[in-house]
Amino acid sequence: MMGFIEPVVGRYVHVEIEGEVNRIYFEENGSGIPLVCLHTAGSDARQWRHLLADENFTRNFRIIAFDMPWHGKSNPPATWTGDEYRLTTARYTETVRAFCRALSLDRPVVMGCSIGGRIVLNLAIDHAAEFQALIGLEAADFQAPWYDTAWLNRPDVHGGEVCAALVSGLIAPQGPDAARRETLWGYKQGGPGVFQGDLYFYRVDGDLRGRVAAIDTGRCPLFLLTGEYDFSCTPADTMRTAAAIDGAEVVIMKQLGHFPMSENPAQFRRYIAPILERIVQRAAVAT
Amino acid sequence: MNGDQAEIIAAFAGLPALLDADAALVARGCRLNVACLLGPKDHPFHVSFAAGRIVEMAPAPILMRSWCFSYRASPAAWAEFWKPVPRPGWHDLLALAKSGEAVLEGDLLPFMTHLQYFKDVLALPRAKAGGAA
Repeated sequence: MMGFIEPVVGRYVHVEIEGEVNRIYFEENGSGIPLVCLHTAGSDARQWRHLLADENFTRNFRIIAFDMPWHGKSNPPATWTGDEYRLTTARYTETVRAFCRALSLDRPVVMGCSIGGRIVLNLAIDHAAEFQALIGLEAADFQAPWYDTAWLNRPDVHGGEVCAALVSGLIAPQGPDAARRETLWGYKQGGPGVFQGDLYFYRVDGDLRGRVAAIDTGRCPLFLLTGEYDFSCTPADTMRTAAAIDGAEVVIMKQLGHFPMSENPAQFRRYIAPILERIVQRAAVAT
Repeated sequence: MNGDQAEIIAAFAGLPALLDADAALVARGCRLNVACLLGPKDHPFHVSFAAGRIVEMAPAPILMRSWCFSYRASPAAWAEFWKPVPRPGWHDLLALAKSGEAVLEGDLLPFMTHLQYFKDVLALPRAKAGGAA
């Protein structure tokens, strides 16, 4: 008997980012409004597999999730010489914009989680006209650090184990065990120093305090959703950020933590469905 | 010491037996040998781990006894941490450290090399009868 084949398909697209060609792996499913999904630091786009397979969303959205260079199936560029990986605000912003251009996406919706949520704020500040709507999960302009990132990449500590163990507490206790294990598996599989390099953007280079008030939600709606169990980007961090942005909408999600789309897909669905529906309605009115 | 503190201390005293009963957890700590200070902030225990088991546990202070690292939390923190479903911010060792309900000190290398192990060992009373405290 033939096995079940999921409708999600994966391909590679060559994307020029800051003068380097990057071979980026992406998965997609559905048709309609482009919805580009950004994974968390130190993991990859598998976090979005439940959303990608959800027929209620793929009816109206072309859902696309890509692995950032150095993550998942997107290798470092051929020009990489082995030097330390560091994600910067400029590089991350250009990666998302270049990926959207490479697929010729017309004013996509971008939804990012954690570092993806932070970069969504930067897109809203500097490039709102390029996007139809922006959704930040576990997003804030800044949050207080709670561990020394030097632990993430040192030869006497197993990188995969320590990365997963650190973020394990960011998962809400109510989620399914299998989803918890799968979420942590992504962290156990990351390349050495990649999670730490992503957090350079998060902790050092991507502080957006004082800049988010410039976001014009009339031009591009902004939705911020944060799980109540996220003690890294806390609900208070998100609400403080939103308070500075006219028109930003905030939802605090019960029984969810820092990885809503992968740690408890069914619970996340309850919160994201009405927001995606509003985006569909807004697009219908615009046409 | 009030009743709540007594319950917390009793739960800590039961940790070695709970760990011995969890073969998979012992196996994950099979390379761990360390002496540390764990428990309530004001009434911690000197705890010695060997090959993933707790081989000695005694209330502090012990004259001139050294330890490698210390993780101590308020009685309220342990009580909430061991509930079947702790409240947000009270559900993880490092969440408690961030909020100031717990203090992590000393040479953290053994703690970090076995971070999930220590999270799981210190959560063992949670599983016992749906939370010991």
